[in-house]
Amino acid sequence: MTDQTRIPAVEIARLEKCYGPLKVLHDVSLTAQPGEVISILGASGSGKSTLLRCVNMLEVPNAGTVSIFGEAYRLDQRPDQPARVVDRRQLQRLRSQATMVFQSFNLWSHLTILENLIEAPVHVQGRDRKACIAEAEALLERVGIADKRHAYPAHLSGGQQQRAAIARALAMHPKIMLFDEPTSALDPELVAEVLKVMRDLAAEGRTMLVVTHEMGFARDVSSRVVFLHKGYIEEDGTPADVFSHPRSERFRQFISTHAH
Amino acid sequence: MNLFDIPFLVDNFLALCRGIPLTLQLTVLSVSSGAVLAMLLAGLRLSGNRVLDGLARGYIFVFRGTPLLVQLYIIYYGLSQFPELRRSFAWPFLREPYWCASLALCLNTAAYSAEIIRGGVIAVPLGQIEAAKAYGMGRLTLLRRIIAPQALRLMLPAYSNELILVVKSTALASTITMMEVTGIAAKLISASYRPVEIFICAGAIYLLLNFSITRLLRFFEHRLSRDQRPHVVATGEQA
Ligand SMILES: Nc1ncnc2c1ncn2[C@@H]1O[C@H](COP(=O)(O)OP(=O)(O)OP(=O)(O)O)[C@@H](O)[C@H]1O
Ligand SMILES: [Mg+2]
Repeated sequence: MTDQTRIPAVEIARLEKCYGPLKVLHDVSLTAQPGEVISILGASGSGKSTLLRCVNMLEVPNAGTVSIFGEAYRLDQRPDQPARVVDRRQLQRLRSQATMVFQSFNLWSHLTILENLIEAPVHVQGRDRKACIAEAEALLERVGIADKRHAYPAHLSGGQQQRAAIARALAMHPKIMLFDEPTSALDPELVAEVLKVMRDLAAEGRTMLVVTHEMGFARDVSSRVVFLHKGYIEEDGTPADVFSHPRSERFRQFISTHAH
Repeated sequence: MNLFDIPFLVDNFLALCRGIPLTLQLTVLSVSSGAVLAMLLAGLRLSGNRVLDGLARGYIFVFRGTPLLVQLYIIYYGLSQFPELRRSFAWPFLREPYWCASLALCLNTAAYSAEIIRGGVIAVPLGQIEAAKAYGMGRLTLLRRIIAPQALRLMLPAYSNELILVVKSTALASTITMMEVTGIAAKLISASYRPVEIFICAGAIYLLLNFSITRLLRFFEHRLSRDQRPHVVATGEQA
C-alpha cells in the first residue's frame, strides 16, 4: 500500500483557497496512494467540500498544486486575479479519471437512469454506445436498481438516486472516486444501502476520497482518516491510530459529539 | 349588419383565407430568424462580459420598450432616408414591404425571445451543470446535451405565448400595404362596408391559426416533460 516508488493517485501539495478575503484552506497537503480510502472529517464550514472540489477543479485553488497520477493540473495562479485552469483539454481528461458523487445526487433530470449512466462514457469518452449500455445495465444490477433503468431520476427514492449516481460515476471507469457527503441528504433508513455499495467499492481497491459524517464508515472502511479544522489538517493517520490516540483536542470533541 | 348571411360570410371567409400563406410566411420567417438572433442575444446576456451583456440589454430595452408599429414605420419609411443604404446591396430587400415587415417582426420577437431563452438557461439546476463538468464535459457538449434540452422544456410555455403574439402582430404588416389576412380584410371592407362580419371572419382565422400552434407546442411540451410527469415509467418493457 505505502510503497514509496508508486505514483500517488492524488497528490495535493500546499493548497490554499480563498473566497475573497476569506481563506478556507491553509497550506493543505494530502497524498492518496492507489487503493487508499481516505475519509475526510470536520465540522461544518471547515473546508471539506472545498478541498474535495479542488481535486477535480470545480474550485480552482489560489496556490498549491493537485496532481492526478503524477500529472499536475496546469493552473494560472497569478496574485490579484481569480485563479483559473489553463488547459481545458487536460482538465477534461483528468476530471474523467476522478469522478465525483454529490450530496444532492445531481442526476440529469431529463435523462432516464440508463441514459444518465451512458451519457458521459459516450459523449465524453467517445466509447461505443452498445457496449456502454450493456455495461450500464450490469452496473445497475450491481447497485440493485436494474428495474429502474427506464425511469427518470424524479421517480426514484433518494437512496436509489444516490446508488444510480454512484453507478454513473463507475460507468466512467474512474481510477479515483470523490464522494462529498453522499449520505447526508438521505433518510436514516436509506443510508445503509448506499454505504453498502461504497464498502464494496472500497473492498475492490479503488482510490476513494470520502467527505463524510458517518463515523462507522470512517472507522471501519477507510484506510486513512483526515480531520480538517478551519482549513487546516489537524489529524492524519490510520483510523485505529486517530480514533484511539487523537492528538487534536478539537478532534476529540468532534468524535464525542458524533459518536452515536 | 347581418351575422346570419351565411353565403356572404363563407365568401369572405374564403377570400380572407388567401391571406393565410402570407401571414404564415411572415410568421415563420420572423420567428426563425428571430430565434437565431435571440440565441445570440441570450448568449451575450449570459456571457459574463459586462460590455457584451450591456449591448444585449440595450437592444432588448429598445425593442421591448417601443411599439412594434413604430419600429415597422421607422424601418419602412425611415430607412430610405439614408442614401448610403439606398446604394447598398440590401436596398432591393429593404424597399420591399415584405422584407421590412419580416425584419421588424424578427427584431422585435428576438428581444422578447432572448429573455425567454435566458430564463430557461438560468433555470437549469446548477448541480446538474456541475455534475456534467465534473464528468469531463466540455462547454459545447454541456450546452448541447444538458443545458439546451432542459432549457427548451423550461422555456416552452413562455415561448408559445410569444409565438401567438407574433402571429397576431403580423396584422400590422397591413399598414404597409401587405395583403395578409388583415390587409385583405381592409380591402373587402372598403368594397362591402360590412366591417363587423368581415373582422369576425378575420378574427376566426387568427383563432384557428393560434389554436393549431398551441396544440403543436403543447404536444412538444408533453413529449419533453416525460420526466416531470408522475409515474408513467418503463414504456414498452415489463418490469
Ligand atoms: N462559493 C463560495 N463563496 C464564498 N464562500 C464559500 C463558497 N463556498 C464555500 N465557502 C465558505 O468556505 C468555507 C468552507 O466551506 P465548505 O463548503 O468547504 O465547508 P464544508 O466543510 O464542506 O462544510 P459542510 O460540512 O457544511 O458541507 C465556509 O466558511 C463557506 O462559507
Ligand atoms: Mg460540504
